[in-house]
Amino acid sequence: MAQKKKVNAIVHEQTELTTDIYDMWIDTDLALQAKPGQFISVYPHNASMLLPRPISICEADRENERLRIVYRIAGKGTEEFSKYHADQHIQILGTLGNGFPLEAGKGKKVFLMGGGIGIPPMLQLAKELEAEKQIVVGYRDKNLFLKSDLEEYGTVYVATEDGSVGTKGNVMDAIRENALDADVIFACGPMPMLRAIKKYAEEKKIPAYISLEERMACGVGACLGCVCKTREKDHHSHVNNARICTDGPVFEAKEVDI
Amino acid sequence: MSAQTNTKRTNTEVTIAGVTFKNPVMTASGTFGSGMEYSEFVDLNHLGAVVTKGVANVPWPGNPTPRVAETYGGMLNAIGLQNPGIDVFIERDIPFLQKYDTKIIVNVCGKTVEDYLEVVERLGDQPVDMLEINVSCPNVKEGAIAFGQKADALFRITKEIKAKAKQPVIMKLSPNVTDITEMAKAAEAAGADCVSLINTITGMKIDVNRRTFAIANKTGGLSGPAIKPVAVRMVYQVANAVKIPIIGMGGIANAEDALEFILAGATAVSVGAMNFVNPYVTEEVVQGIQQYMSKYNISDIRELIGAVK
Repeated sequence: MAQKKKVNAIVHEQTELTTDIYDMWIDTDLALQAKPGQFISVYPHNASMLLPRPISICEADRENERLRIVYRIAGKGTEEFSKYHADQHIQILGTLGNGFPLEAGKGKKVFLMGGGIGIPPMLQLAKELEAEKQIVVGYRDKNLFLKSDLEEYGTVYVATEDGSVGTKGNVMDAIRENALDADVIFACGPMPMLRAIKKYAEEKKIPAYISLEERMACGVGACLGCVCKTREKDHHSHVNNARICTDGPVFEAKEVDI
Repeated sequence: MSAQTNTKRTNTEVTIAGVTFKNPVMTASGTFGSGMEYSEFVDLNHLGAVVTKGVANVPWPGNPTPRVAETYGGMLNAIGLQNPGIDVFIERDIPFLQKYDTKIIVNVCGKTVEDYLEVVERLGDQPVDMLEINVSCPNVKEGAIAFGQKADALFRITKEIKAKAKQPVIMKLSPNVTDITEMAKAAEAAGADCVSLINTITGMKIDVNRRTFAIANKTGGLSGPAIKPVAVRMVYQVANAVKIPIIGMGGIANAEDALEFILAGATAVSVGAMNFVNPYVTEEVVQGIQQYMSKYNISDIRELIGAVK
């Protein structure tokens, strides 16, 4: 049974995929319970940095009990992580959040949309989702990452902000340029992208499941730091403030005010 | 095993205003919800008390995000006392806590004296052991801290609450004052049964990359190990200024930290921000205190309260 726990884990290997983007495999039995769209919180060794860093699960290798995270250096904590080497011990809390609803996409024509550091959770989702998968990913420039991994599970369409690869622009531009359509959307990425997807899904009258991000402290639903506005009163807060860590991080776009 | 092998039984029970706690370890309001989330990690039966997140007469939406930011050895928060209101609290949170063999302390917040009194009266017939009155949250614009930064205002609200409360009353004090002993004395003079301290210290962090405040509320309450020396000092000062018991808190991360507060004069302690860092910390503090007592052959924890003069 899935249970949240703080565990000691071991770095299996780490590589730099492109500038400031790192790819770490971690030996941990949390892999057994990991679901696509869930996240783990990783504790820095430097104890002056109290709070664990929430990072989405990119891949779960259940056979070898190994989790993969792909993250960007965003501050001192992730900078410390980027220096970790194989066999180093780390502490992680997981698995957190609810993940993507696989049943909502089963047997359908779907978009898996990832923007920048929102791309990694699309990989495990692509692996597990039984559907006609159109994977639309947006990058800043020609420094692509995870593209070949994703190509194993669906057709990949690329957009780059500078136009160096694929469609010039963002994931929405890539959909238009390739004249794509879908019955269901799964997405993770920066807020402007998620807003555009929410709008698009409302126009097309299709469900979109988006993964949100916010500054977190506890990661388990107690501190109420990482809330987002919801259309309906949620069962927990009763003030239209769902907890991204516990009630999310994946929400149906029409349910949240972003 | 260890309990049987010890020839001398150690007593960790403490009593505040007639309420006996199995040990002096509690949770700091706002860091533990009503215990549900952390019941996945710790056995609530092992805690002296669960102190709930502040509850008001009506639901409060809290502040915009970002609400939290990390600082060196600490964190800032400006949640803004988001809570579902007393109706939901009575229906959902109290029955949950009643399933456990621990004491229930409900933290009460409000914008006006009437707000506080409404909550206090609603809790009158509830199975709640004590009330903690939050007059020290730095993150809400009205009420709350306005009552906690002036001794005469604190005296008046304490008196009004004491007149209505059916349970013993703890006044939670703010460290954001010139002299916290004046506040503690005002609470005591008005009939408070206990004081708890410290609430968070008002702070600010600026994100130099975005050139804006790290927290949407601009200011937030600083908590975590960074504030512990300030908190221990204030507990010591208050212990020497009033006769009512003290619940000490501020950055407790382990049993040693908790014992500092007890030795400085606290009858009980609360673990706060460190729950976010180590979800097992409360039980670890309980166990660590027992180990300390065994190691130094202390039979009764009460011998330690205020032992450092």
